[in-house]
Amino acid sequence: MDAIILQVLNGLDKGSAYAMIALGLTLIFGTLGVVNFAHGALFMLGSFCAVTLQRILSLSYTVEDPTQKDFLGNPLKVDMPYIVSWFGDATGNAILDWSVPLAILFAIPVMLLIGYVMERGLIKHFYKRPHADQILVTFGLAIVIQEIVKYFYGANPIPTPAPDMFRGSVDFGVMIGFAQNEIIYPYWRLVYFLFSAVIIGSVFAFLRFTTFGMVVRAGMADRETVGLLGINIDKRFTIMFGIAAAVAGLAGVMYAPINSPNYHMGMDFLVLSFVVVVVGGMGSLPGAVLAGFLLGILESFASMNEVKSVLPGIDQIIIYLVAIIILLTRPRGLMGRKGVMEE
Amino acid sequence: MLGLSKKDRNLLILVILLTLATPILLQPFPEGSALAQFNAGYPDLMQRFAIYGIFAIGFNILFGLTGYLSFGHAAFLGVGSYSVVWMYKLLSYNVLPGLILAVIMSALFALLIGFISLRRSGIYFSILTLAFAQMSFNLAYSVLTPLTNGETGLQVYTNDPQVLMSAGSPSSPHFFGIVMNESAKIDVGGWQFTFSNGYYFCAIIAILVFYLSLRIFRSPFGIMLRAIKTNQTRMSYTGLNSRPYTLAAFVISGMYAGLAGGLLASMDPLAGAERMQWTASGEVVLMTILGGAGTLMGPVLGAGFIKYFENIFSKINDNILHTWFSALPDGLEDAIVFMLHPFIGKGWNLTLGLLFMMVVIFLPGGLIEGGTRIWNLVTGKNKKRGVPGKAKEHHPTPTPHVN
Repeated sequence: MDAIILQVLNGLDKGSAYAMIALGLTLIFGTLGVVNFAHGALFMLGSFCAVTLQRILSLSYTVEDPTQKDFLGNPLKVDMPYIVSWFGDATGNAILDWSVPLAILFAIPVMLLIGYVMERGLIKHFYKRPHADQILVTFGLAIVIQEIVKYFYGANPIPTPAPDMFRGSVDFGVMIGFAQNEIIYPYWRLVYFLFSAVIIGSVFAFLRFTTFGMVVRAGMADRETVGLLGINIDKRFTIMFGIAAAVAGLAGVMYAPINSPNYHMGMDFLVLSFVVVVVGGMGSLPGAVLAGFLLGILESFASMNEVKSVLPGIDQIIIYLVAIIILLTRPRGLMGRKGVMEE
Repeated sequence: MLGLSKKDRNLLILVILLTLATPILLQPFPEGSALAQFNAGYPDLMQRFAIYGIFAIGFNILFGLTGYLSFGHAAFLGVGSYSVVWMYKLLSYNVLPGLILAVIMSALFALLIGFISLRRSGIYFSILTLAFAQMSFNLAYSVLTPLTNGETGLQVYTNDPQVLMSAGSPSSPHFFGIVMNESAKIDVGGWQFTFSNGYYFCAIIAILVFYLSLRIFRSPFGIMLRAIKTNQTRMSYTGLNSRPYTLAAFVISGMYAGLAGGLLASMDPLAGAERMQWTASGEVVLMTILGGAGTLMGPVLGAGFIKYFENIFSKINDNILHTWFSALPDGLEDAIVFMLHPFIGKGWNLTLGLLFMMVVIFLPGGLIEGGTRIWNLVTGKNKKRGVPGKAKEHHPTPTPHVN
């Protein structure tokens, strides 16, 4: 039993990332009808927002520290981050420590802007072109974004630690009535899961309970009629693209401590997220979220040693295998709507 | 001749001549001159042109004719490479048995993958093929290690059986005694031309498969494939089952990819799993689109273009740029070099990505369409005929409703 719970937990963090990326992909597909191969790049950009903020915060100048001496007896030169010198030791170091969560605030406007520019500048011109063209142009864009990031940040992964408070692990088993040290789970992954639940929940709430969301849902169902009612649906869809980009970006920001950001992480996640979207059902938001968590958990179960000894290598291919089976038996995916991309 | 129309025969002869003369044509600058770095007449690079040309021709039979965008063709490339290296290990360094096995194995793989993937079309097809390729890649890396040698890559060791190896046989890939990496160097004036066995071997195979694809393009089968691309629904309404045709196209293009993979292993007797990764599938998509999907010469051009500039751009560095712009004032020179810096050397992929986007946005027909447009502009021909279906009598110019 504890092993099963542990595997479910292990699947949750990857599952949350898949779910958030897939949610964004589905939002874009459902509203604009565009298959966005650059969505993984947006996730990666989010991660690099965290890196950038960390770098900005730790900008520093050199001071001579009279309390420390080097081996010759001269005062030691140490780097003094501006933040620390402005806000004092305690506050400054706390801000530095919390740079990843703070990056959320930094990433939201940045990602909204990137999404807006991307839609207005490029994707807008591809609504009437075939899906193959959309795939190709966004694929090209993904390469470009990836290479630009590589140019500025280098090819190596950049470690981006979580705040001190969340490093280490929590004894999760005790909380739900197991003996001590049976279910140990890293703190940050728990945070990541809760964070993703909040984000996903708020996207759904936004679509459900606001007028804006209602108009967008109406537009997803029948774009033309909404347009005929005198509503500028294109503008709202552009904003939805921005929101989808922001969701992917936020998923990336918080993922930075789990997986040190590197320039090709976007592509690695993209392939899997597409599989997730297809399994969930093209155009179905709950389907994307459900499939994201489901596949994440399945993946972690497949990597148990007990399973691997029966079916070697299953952990490497389980997601693709599931996708193939689903596509062949339930072409619409788990919760796909009728009439969306069924050809 | 050969069942070709006059125009196609001329095209084929042109291709043969160009291919055979490549070692000379790609060496236009004398050795030691400032422009010698733009020469591309190295055996290794020319061989890559031919091999990726084959790969792209094969991909084009699927994507260009039927419109099915496969993101998993690298799997066949990998299968081909592995088969050839296995034949090296078991028999001898003769490439022929390996290439035959490579084509057969990739055909079987393509049959299996195609049979399943072709049940769906559009983006689902792309994702299914991608899933299969990623599965093969992951398996080759992990569980299939006895077969693929995992991360190290498959290579020939001294304790391999190699039953057909006799005392006199060469210890590197050869074709009945013709050793692949041997070459003849001829100096003419300041020029040095390298005629390598490996290149000519690949080139002759490339010509053969080009001829094959020419025949496929002109055959009723090819027309059927194009009909599938144009309107599959209408095809099925006329009572035709399109599945066997698409499956045949898929298998043929898989065989081309397997052959290309086999030839890659004939260049260099090793095979690694990274050949199956989806980036390799992406590369062939880039080549085909860049050159012009659905055209005969486009994919070959695209493959040559990408491989050539990959080689050239990676070699250019800041110092070379400084010598180029040394005539300019110092500040301007530095500014230009600074601006070009991200695009050269390791930044080649950035240039490629931008170029690819430009082509998809402005030139959906690829380099071939660009060439045609320029040609029409120069000759002033075909201006009226430019866009089919926009004849005046069928599409009158819109008139304002309020006079």
